[in-house]
Formats: sequence, structure tokens, C-alpha cells
Amino acid sequence: MSNRPRVSEHNEHSLTYGKYVGGFLGSIFLTLCAYWIAVHGRGGLGMLEVSLAVLAVVQFILQMVLFLHIGEEHGPRWKLAAAGFMLGIILILVGGSVWIMNNLNTRMTPQQMNQYLRSQDNL
Amino acid sequence: MNEELVSEHRREYEATQKTIVGFWVYLMTDCVLFASLFAVYAVLHGNTFGGPSGRDLFHLPYVLVETFALLTSSFTCGLAMLAAQRKAKNEVLFWLFVTFCLGALFLGLELHEFANMVHDGNSWRRSGFLSSYFTLVGTHGTHITFGLLWMAVLGVYVAKRGITESIRKRLTLFSLFWHFLDVIWIFIFTVVYLFGSRGV
Amino acid sequence: MTLFAFALLGKLAWNQLPPNPIAWGGALMVIFGLIAVVGLITYLHRWQWLWKEWLTTQDPKRIGVMYVIVALIMLLRGAVDAGLMRAQQAVAVGGTQGPLDASHFQQIVSAHGTIMIFFVAMGLMFGIINLVLPLQIGARDVAFPFLNATSFWLFFAGMALMMGSLVVGDFSAAGWLAYPPLSELKYSPTVGVDYWIWALQISGVGSLLSGVNFLVTIIKMRAPGMALMKMPLFAWSVLTSMSLVAFAFPILTVTLTLLALDRTIGTHFFTAGFGGNAMMYVNLIWAWGHPEVYILVLPAFGIYSEIVATFSRKKLFGYVSMVWALVAIMILSYTVWLHHFFTMGAGADVNAFFGIMTAVIAVPTGVKIFNWLFTMYRGRIRFASPMFWFMGFVVIFTIGGVAGVMMSVPAIDYQVHNSLFLVAHFHMMIVGGVVFGFFAGLTYWFPKIFGFRLHEGLGKIAFWCWGIGFVTAFTPLYVLGLMGATRRLDHYSASLGWQPLFIVAGIGVVIIACGIAAQLLQLGLSVLQRDSRRDLTGDPWNGRTLEWSVPSPAPFYSFVKQPVVTERDQFWADKQAKVHHKKEYEDIVLPKNSGWSVAIGACAFVFGGTVVWHIFWLTPLALLGIVAGIIIRSMNDEPEYRLTAREVERLEHQRLRKVKAYEASQI
Repeated sequence: MSNRPRVSEHNEHSLTYGKYVGGFLGSIFLTLCAYWIAVHGRGGLGMLEVSLAVLAVVQFILQMVLFLHIGEEHGPRWKLAAAGFMLGIILILVGGSVWIMNNLNTRMTPQQMNQYLRSQDNL
Repeated sequence: MNEELVSEHRREYEATQKTIVGFWVYLMTDCVLFASLFAVYAVLHGNTFGGPSGRDLFHLPYVLVETFALLTSSFTCGLAMLAAQRKAKNEVLFWLFVTFCLGALFLGLELHEFANMVHDGNSWRRSGFLSSYFTLVGTHGTHITFGLLWMAVLGVYVAKRGITESIRKRLTLFSLFWHFLDVIWIFIFTVVYLFGSRGV
Repeated sequence: MTLFAFALLGKLAWNQLPPNPIAWGGALMVIFGLIAVVGLITYLHRWQWLWKEWLTTQDPKRIGVMYVIVALIMLLRGAVDAGLMRAQQAVAVGGTQGPLDASHFQQIVSAHGTIMIFFVAMGLMFGIINLVLPLQIGARDVAFPFLNATSFWLFFAGMALMMGSLVVGDFSAAGWLAYPPLSELKYSPTVGVDYWIWALQISGVGSLLSGVNFLVTIIKMRAPGMALMKMPLFAWSVLTSMSLVAFAFPILTVTLTLLALDRTIGTHFFTAGFGGNAMMYVNLIWAWGHPEVYILVLPAFGIYSEIVATFSRKKLFGYVSMVWALVAIMILSYTVWLHHFFTMGAGADVNAFFGIMTAVIAVPTGVKIFNWLFTMYRGRIRFASPMFWFMGFVVIFTIGGVAGVMMSVPAIDYQVHNSLFLVAHFHMMIVGGVVFGFFAGLTYWFPKIFGFRLHEGLGKIAFWCWGIGFVTAFTPLYVLGLMGATRRLDHYSASLGWQPLFIVAGIGVVIIACGIAAQLLQLGLSVLQRDSRRDLTGDPWNGRTLEWSVPSPAPFYSFVKQPVVTERDQFWADKQAKVHHKKEYEDIVLPKNSGWSVAIGACAFVFGGTVVWHIFWLTPLALLGIVAGIIIRSMNDEPEYRLTAREVERLEHQRLRKVKAYEASQI
């Protein structure tokens, strides 16, 4: 009966050159694409933001999988769950804050405040 | 007697897994920290108070060099991890050293950029935009600084004690941290520099 | 020479000592309190014992006791603040100025809120979790014992800064959340806001690390066989609360840092000019602040679940729905934060969204209350004092809760925002919900930690004083709020007719003070009578969960052998089936004590103090101390020691001999 622990117990994920080289080259490519679009890209401002955002998200997923080895856990996937929860929070926090502050900034400019105050004077 | 060895191995393995999960959760909290700074940047980036905006200040080719330095250091960090897997002590030291140099290069370039801006009167005191820029990018830079310090300590450790299980665990934790910093940089590069250079 | 002294001591100067008699009272209490404690320990020659057994410990049970002691001391200070506020508002009408001037009153208001939330509520919470959670999930310790100890000492450092503000300098007068522009340098040029920032920042880091620690403890260290859906409800409440801690506290860290940067290096995040946006502070601080209140209340809910099931002698009704309610509250708590600033000027669409989400979050809370009541229905209820606290909670929390649902409607909130109506609502939530829950939990688990029970009669008296006093103190505030009284008023006109209500509120506070006195008496008397109150079985309440399977007081190694779990309420099931576990002994690995946690906490205190007082030459040294402490500690490759099975057996036999001897002496 073998008393040595199974090899798979020690390597939660076996690291390979392929993953790191792939991640590196992929990231370089995506970074150059984004750079090129930012410097030379034309088209509406919306298109620019969207394409750069998409490239960033793709590179994010690439590095999370290939460098940070997400999703490779044996057993309960706590790292994936924590990452998923984090992403949800971030979307709510950043998205919500931008929505709220945009709304506040447009409605609470000093000019509007003065207009409102002046309109109340006649009451 | 062998049973004790197996259970000892099992205990160490469990302890390592526990530490890795804990460190990963901490990294997720650090993501929320950066997200808050990004939210602040998103809200304040237009508040230039008559001063310069990103379009006026950012030099994209320079930032691209910075980006490649950091990205490459993330790659070489991975190479160090591969060497650690094979318990090749000298190779680990070599790749750690390269990673350190690239990280230091990144930091140096960033500090140079900051110094220039401050010298031109565009410091964090100038406007809300600049305050949020310096703080977001500066927080990332502070994390990089701690990473460099950690690397130096690890290097001394590896040199003195070789690649033990304990040191492999520490190297794993460090590599998670270093990769994570490059992931955050993807978003700084995109949102701050690329968007900024186009006046978004 | 003066210039040199200036650089050496920063902004410290003789004129920073307290400016009036009441402030001197506070300062002298701190100074004499410190002298008394240090003197007593020296007189009893207990420094070595204190250092070895308590200060450097990594035993979560002892860390928990230290948290609770600090929190209860801070409760006394916060209560004194409350008393001063009530006294002021009862008399400062028309021509009368009252005992406090405006600035002093605002500082006391700010200190009261800050202390109660960050040092009393958070302190009691982390204390109880440390005491109970590992035992309840069948673990001997938390995931990262050294980090746990460091978190406590960071909490202590923050507390020390708060106490420091009583002696030198002033405190923030900008409320417990220090909104800019008031909290900016221009309008708060003194050190007060800096004290506030750094006390919270340092203890906040401790809280964040604890959040991660307890999360991983639950994820990774449950007893074999304890699947998540077999965990006790208290453990579930800690899991959800710590998820909130981990992902909300970074927002606080950032927000405090940005305010600190504005005040120290001249950034313009929240300033009134140069492109700052003060509204962003309000947005961010509440994005943290709302999850914070759920962080506090969820463990209290968990405590109620344990207590109601135990004292109804019936399993908890609707376990699955209770778990889902906790998870739902956890997720929803991130989606409601704007309801704290409906009136800041956002449009109807934004306000409506957050108003709806706020109303929705009341639903899972209601589910929980009904489930507790259903648990009691047809149970064989024993009304021990923990159940009293629970019954008080049901009444008070429900009243305060429906006031909250009222305010979730933006149109109504416009009328009562920042009025005493709001103040009454959130006090009913925090005191009725959180504080009563923690009092219940402390009473319930006291025998497990100390080995003897608290005096029941005094506990019930304390409850009645707290309950009646609290309702007397806060019901008038609902009325005042609807009459238009705003919060934080240090003086008001006689023609408003508010004074009688403020006087009634003041009487309520006096009754609460009697309750606190009863609790102090209870503690003192119980300690004196401890020999006649000993808990010999380890299970004084006929409990259901694993913590009752170890002796009282719990030994430092907690479990002789880690239990194996097959169902919920395993301990209860074993008792019903009359299962007796064989005495098996195994080697136990435990963490060694460490002074580095104390050192890091001390350096953090110095760091905070030097930034507050602009003693900037010392700041990098303190920071270096923290970093050096972390690095040196990390180089310790043998942080644990082994307790052999034979030693465990010997300790167990020693304990049993003591129990037998005690039993014999009682005959």
C-alpha cells in the first residue's frame, strides 16, 4: 500500500509553459490592439469606448485564467465564487456610483440651484 | 510511522490551501479597493478646473513601454513559479531578479512621469482630476513598491534556504499578488490612459 | 529653539489641553483610569502573567474576551456622551445655554456615534464571533491566529486614539461620518477630524483582516461532515456578515484615505472648489455605511436563532428559508445605500430605484422574525434572561423597522430626513436589534467561556431597565421628528413646545443608566459568587450546538478530538440518542504566543498619532516598525507547538479532578 500522497494532491494545478507563454503573447496582442485603436481609431466616441472596454475585459479574463489559474480548483470552487461575488459588487459600486453622481451632477449645478432659488423668491 | 508522515503531509497541504484561499479573498478585497478608486476617477476625471486634462498630459508611447515592462514582469514571475515547481533554486533566483528589475523599471518610469508633471505645476493639488489620477495610479504604484520589497525578502529567503514547501507557498502567494497587479494595470491603462488620451 | 520644538512635536502644544471643566472631566477619567489599571497590575505583580496569558495570546477565546472588555468600556463612554446630549437638549431652551457650548456638543455627538458603531458594536461583534464561532463549527482556532491577534491590537490602537482625543486636542465636530466640506481642513482646521480619520482607518484595517479571517475559517475549518447546510444559523450569519465586511470595508479605507489626503497633502477630492465633489464622499461613505449596519445586525440575528431554538426546546423553524434570508439580505444590502441621501438632489428615477430596493430588503428580515415566532409556537419555552432580550428585540426592532419602511418612500423621507424621527428609527434598529442581541449572546455564552453563570435576577432587571428606558427615551423622538426637530440640535426656541418631550427622553436615559448599573452589579456579584454558580456539565442551557459539547470553561485547546458531524444540531441529536463518545486522545498543534501583534498595534497607534499631530519625522519610523514586524514575523518558520496526546490526557484528568473536588465541596 503506497504511503506517498497522490501527486495530484500537491499540484492543485500543474503549471505549464504553455499557459504563461499563451497568456503573455495574448496580452501583448490585445494591448497593441487597444493602443492602435486609441491612437488611430475613428468612429463615434461610443464605438471607441466599447471596443477598448471589450479588449480590456478579454485581457482580464485571459490573465485571470492563464496567470491566476482561476477555475482550476479541485473541490468546492471558493476562489471562483469569491471572484464572482467581487465582480458583482464592483459592477454595483462603480455602475451605481457613476449613475448616481451623473444624476446629481446634472441636477445640482450651481446655475440650476440659483435658478431654483430665484424662482422661490416670488412665493 | 508512515501514517504519521502522510497525515503530516496532509496537514501541510491543507494549511497551504487555507492560506492560498485566504490570500485570494484578500486580493478580491483589494479589487474592491481599486474599484472604489476607479469610481472616484470616473466621477472626477472631467473636473480639470481649467487645468490640463489627460489628453494634454499623457504620452501614450511612454505608457506603452511601462505596460510592456509590467506585463513582461508578470510573465517572468510565471517562469519563476515554473522553476519553483521543479525546485530549481538558481533558476528561481534568476527569474525573480528579472521580475524585480522589470518591476523597478515600471516604477521608475511611473515616478519619472509623476515628477515631470509635478515639476510642470500639474500636481495633485491642481484639480479634482489630477487628485484622482495621482491617487489611483499612485495606489497601484504603492502596491508595486510593496511587491518589490516582498520580492527582495523572498529572494534572500530562497538564496538562504532553497525551495522548501514553505517557500513554495510564499512564492505562490507572491505570484498571485504580482499577477493581480498586472490585471489591475490593464484597467488603468485602458480607462485612464487610453480613454484619457482621446478626451473621454 | 521654539522652531525645533515645533518640528519635533508637530502641532502638540499646551493649548491643546481640554478647554472647559466637562472636557477636563473626560481627560481626567482617561488619565486616572490608565494610572489605576497600570497601578493595579503593578501592585499585584501581574505584568508577566498578563503578557503571557492575555496580551500575546492567539487563543480566539481570550482574544474575544479582550474585545468584549474594550467594547464594554467604550459602551460606558458612549453612554456618558448620550447622557450629556440628553441633558443638554432637556435644558437648553430659549435663554438657557445648557452645560455644553455648541462646539463641545457637536464633538460629543460625533464621538457618541463613532464610539458606539466602531468600538462598541464592532467590538462586541468580533468578540462574540471569536468566542463562539470556532467552537460552534468544531474548529480549535480561526484560520489565521496571528492575524486574528493583530486585528485585535489594531482595534485597540484605534480605541487608544479615540481616548487620546479626550486628553489632547479636540474631536471631530462633523458627525459620526464627517461629511465634507465641513470635515475639510478649511472648516475643521483642528486635529479633531484627523483623530476620527485615523482611529477608524486603523481599526478598519483590523476589521477587514478579521472579515477575511473568519470567512476562511468557515470555508476551510468546519468539522468533518459539517456541510454548509448543516452549519448552525449563527455560523451562517457570520459567513454572510464577514462577506459584507470583506467587500465593503475597502470602500471605507479608500474614502477615509481620500479625506485624509485632502487634509494633509492638498488634494481636491471633496473640497468645495478646484473640481472637488463633496457629494461623492456622501455616496462612497454610504456605499460602505449601509453594508456596515447589516454587518452588525446579521450576527445578532444569528444569536437570536440560537437562543430562540434553545429556549423553546425546539429546532429552528424553516432552517433553509432562514439561510436564504441571510443570503438575500447580504446581497440586497449592497443595493440600497442611496436611501441615506434621498434629499441630496438625485432625480426621481434614481430615488425610486433605491426606495424600492430598500422596501424589498425588509421582506427577508420579516421572514426571519416570523420564523423565530414559529419556532416558539408549540415549543416548551423557558424564559431565561436571553429570551427577554429577544422579546424586547421583537417589539423594538419591529417598530423601528416599520419606521424605516416608511422612510424608504422618498416622498416621506423628504419630510423626516435628518430629523429626530430618523434618529429614533436607527437607534431602535441598532439598540433593539444589535445591542440587545449581543447582550443576549453574552449572557448565553458567558458560562462557556468563564465556567460560571451570570446572576439571572439582575439580568432580568437590567433588561427591564434597558427596555423601558429605551422606549421612554426614543418614542418622544419620533414625535419630535414629525414636529420638525432636526438632529444634532444643541439649543432650540421655547416657543416650539419641544422641551417636555426632551425631558421625557432624558428620563428614559436615566432608566437606561439604571440598566447599565444593574449589568455592572450583575457582573461583579456573579464573579464574587462564582463558586456557587459553577457550570459543571458544560451545557447549562440544554443547548443544541457543538460549543456546548466542550467543558465550561472551554479548555485552551477547545476540543480533545475534533467532532465528526452528520446532521444539524449534532450535539442535540447525540443527547437525544444518548450517544457517549469514547475518550480518545490525539496530538494537538496550537499556535505559539507572539508579541509581534502587540508591536504592530503599538506602531499603528504611533503612526496614527504622528499623522494627527503632524509629527512627521516619526511617521516613517512607525511605518517601518509595522513593516519590519510583518517581515520578521513572517520569517518565523515555527509558529506552532505540539501538545502531545499524553499531555492532553493529563490536562483532562486534572480538570476532572478539580470538578470532582468542587462537587464534593458543595455537598
